[in-house]
Amino acid sequence: MKRPKRDVAIIGIGSTNYGEHWSCGLKDMIAEAGLKALQDSGISGKDIELIIGGSMSSGMFVGQEHTGALFADYMGLNPKPAIRTEAACASSSVAMRVGYMAIASGLYDCVVVGGAEKMTDVYGSQATTALAGAMDRDSEAYFGLTFPGVYALIARRHMHRYGTTREQLAMVAVKNHLNAMHNPHAQYHIRITVDDVLKSPLVADPLRLLDCSPIADGAACVVLVPASKARKYSDTPVYIKASSQASDTLALFMRNDITVMNATVEAAKLAYQQARIQPKDLDLAEVHDCFTINEIVSCEDLQFCKKGDGGRMVEDGETEIGGRIPVNPSGGLKAKGHPVGATGAGQIVEIVEQLRGDAGGRQVAGAETGLAHNVGGSGSTAVVHILSRNKR
Amino acid sequence: MEKAVAFHWRGFRERYGLVGSKCDHCGRYFFPPRKICPSCRRLGKTREHRFSGKGKIHSFTVVRSAPDGFEIYAPYIMAIVDLEEGARVVSQVVDCRPDEVDIGMPVESCFRKIREENKSGLILYGFKFRPAK
Amino acid sequence: MAVGIIGYGAYVPRWRIKSSSIAALWGSDPEKVGSMVGEKAVSSLDEDSATMAVEASKSALARAGINPQEIGAIYVGSESHPYVVKSTSSIVAEAIDATPELTAADLEFACKAGTAAIQMLMGLVDSGMVKYGLAVGSDTAQGRPGDELEYTAASGAAAFLIGSKNLLARIDDTYSYTTDTPDFWRREGEEFPRHGGRFTGEPAYFAHVLAATRGLLKKTRTTVDDYDYVVFHQPNFKFPLKAAKELGVPSEKVMPGMLVQKIGNTYSASSLLGLSSILDIAKSGQKILLTSFGSGAGSDSFSITVTSLLQKRRSAAVLLKDMIEDKEYIDYAHYLKFRKKLKGVKT
Repeated sequence: MKRPKRDVAIIGIGSTNYGEHWSCGLKDMIAEAGLKALQDSGISGKDIELIIGGSMSSGMFVGQEHTGALFADYMGLNPKPAIRTEAACASSSVAMRVGYMAIASGLYDCVVVGGAEKMTDVYGSQATTALAGAMDRDSEAYFGLTFPGVYALIARRHMHRYGTTREQLAMVAVKNHLNAMHNPHAQYHIRITVDDVLKSPLVADPLRLLDCSPIADGAACVVLVPASKARKYSDTPVYIKASSQASDTLALFMRNDITVMNATVEAAKLAYQQARIQPKDLDLAEVHDCFTINEIVSCEDLQFCKKGDGGRMVEDGETEIGGRIPVNPSGGLKAKGHPVGATGAGQIVEIVEQLRGDAGGRQVAGAETGLAHNVGGSGSTAVVHILSRNKR
Repeated sequence: MEKAVAFHWRGFRERYGLVGSKCDHCGRYFFPPRKICPSCRRLGKTREHRFSGKGKIHSFTVVRSAPDGFEIYAPYIMAIVDLEEGARVVSQVVDCRPDEVDIGMPVESCFRKIREENKSGLILYGFKFRPAK
Repeated sequence: MAVGIIGYGAYVPRWRIKSSSIAALWGSDPEKVGSMVGEKAVSSLDEDSATMAVEASKSALARAGINPQEIGAIYVGSESHPYVVKSTSSIVAEAIDATPELTAADLEFACKAGTAAIQMLMGLVDSGMVKYGLAVGSDTAQGRPGDELEYTAASGAAAFLIGSKNLLARIDDTYSYTTDTPDFWRREGEEFPRHGGRFTGEPAYFAHVLAATRGLLKKTRTTVDDYDYVVFHQPNFKFPLKAAKELGVPSEKVMPGMLVQKIGNTYSASSLLGLSSILDIAKSGQKILLTSFGSGAGSDSFSITVTSLLQKRRSAAVLLKDMIEDKEYIDYAHYLKFRKKLKGVKT
């Protein structure tokens, strides 16, 4: 990817709470997040030129496709053009990518990006079936593999190869639940212990219920403008220093090493290059902990530590809010919730709140630069964004 | 969601017989079958290959929360199997208890029912693995 | 032309349930019930007559060492075909890579459908219509809960490849005896069969087994003394031994082929699994007499002579006695789950 023609900034954010919203449908959540983002940005609806919304499977969850049009319609933004992006659980960070490219290329001056997912209008086994669409349907899901099952295969191999322990996996969930206590958007406001995790029911051995991010409803939205225009709208603009993406095989078993997510490795390298920083320059990161094992694998692949060291890293407290590299101060997917299509945009919302100093009880002190890492499927897509309070 | 017949039928040969591909140019084996060798692309020469069914377990899990159509089979063991030719598959492991499975365990393929579409629909068959005798 | 067995294979599922586990549920005396069947083989949830037929057929192919593409006919006999309409034989044909140049059809004649398949193939091979044929007897028979047949109804499959060259055992002759005798039946749509109680004995099993065996002996001008092994259909432990006694066959010739006490009555596979277990041990030149029985009713009797090739080829697949010993016990609850007798479970 070439250097952008111009830099891009975030001037507004909005999010629903994540949780089981029995009274809200997909349209209600889109309207809520969208309206909040527009109000936060101070921009007028008529200045918005393009809408990009991510949704993994509005079709299988609520029978609704054509979600781009839905976003534009229910945010009151017709006749502006709308695009739906889909990359499984990375749908809305891919939306961010497209929004970034639209402005960085000089073609658009104001873009709204976001994501939404309504997962509770289907029953458990139907949700499991829909989520299995993130894997290889013909050669993985066909034989009975589930999404937790895929990550369990990664966990088992990681534990075998590097000695990562069951307790270390549990510590990821414990930390994220603790962080979420201070996040009003989060689905869960309960503290858990390692023992709670180890006693929770098995879902796909060795992963237990409390290793798995929950089914949730939610929507999140972000407003983008060229960096040069940001101060016109916001006193606290946040600048996008890097936007990168990489791909890997759809099926886990086709990878060389199932304990490495090469898409994350490649996207991270590109992102650090674009932002001209090293991992140690980051103040915080929102990392894709769809299952506890993935926070560990991702910290390694994002170069926060050496391969195989991710378990020790969480055990030693390095990823706590006061630690060397705070990971998932929002509570992560585990405790904040994982309405799949909305998650990527939600991670951006968290980092912006942190960089603005608005994160309340979960604030990472003096945060200036943050990284958002969003994964689709078992690592078939990985998107990395690096945001900063500083323009340069 | 029940699929029309063709969706299942076109996979019968590969699923009943563990039939994949081999690239005669680079010697790599693939499952599922591939028309294009990802290493050789235009230079590749892929042809059908029927795997021996012998392999070892690379990683495994026990699925307890099953998707549609698999509820009655839960809990079931799923594993990534390293086939002796070098390709890999993901498949169920049967005829043993979860505590009997381990990484490196030798397995052999067998022909089993994957699931039924429903009471009146197709019965879907394919390969699974069991501990090697 | 000489016609006979060029390959044979057996499959018995791993799972067993003890008669005592079943007896405990119904308050019966485990010593008295089950006609001395100690335990029976239970197919797993993901097994059916097609899957077992495929496994047995693969073993038969391993022993025969032929290219499956040269199989010209496949007949699978069962009373528990997975579909009522959609042949099991075509599924087996696809799975063993025998398609597309062959004829196939499914057979049903209670427990003798497998031996009827062998007879059909003898004709096809002898006439030169096909080079090789595959006959399979495979069943996952259902026992009505609480009925005496619950102790014996079991799962298993046996496959026989028939040809005219490189015979492992020659089929010298065959004789059949068939009448309309409804001792055991199942109507369409009914989950469990019904039977005539004690009527299944003398007018059914014994009338046909004895008549067919005597007919074969007469036709071949042999006596029971000419045979080293005698295999009968095994619905329970008593009937085959009683038939042997009636015919003057010493029990030492029958016992090596008796499997019912270890795996139950595998219906269409029953007499053929008995034959498999004999082929696993028989020496060159030894003769085997096999008589099947299918309710409805009929019996097929065969005179078989082992060749010197058998001992070279038999180790190409797992021996039946080893397969029978590789077992694991389940309780009645798991038995109900595996045999899909639980109400309300999503298929």
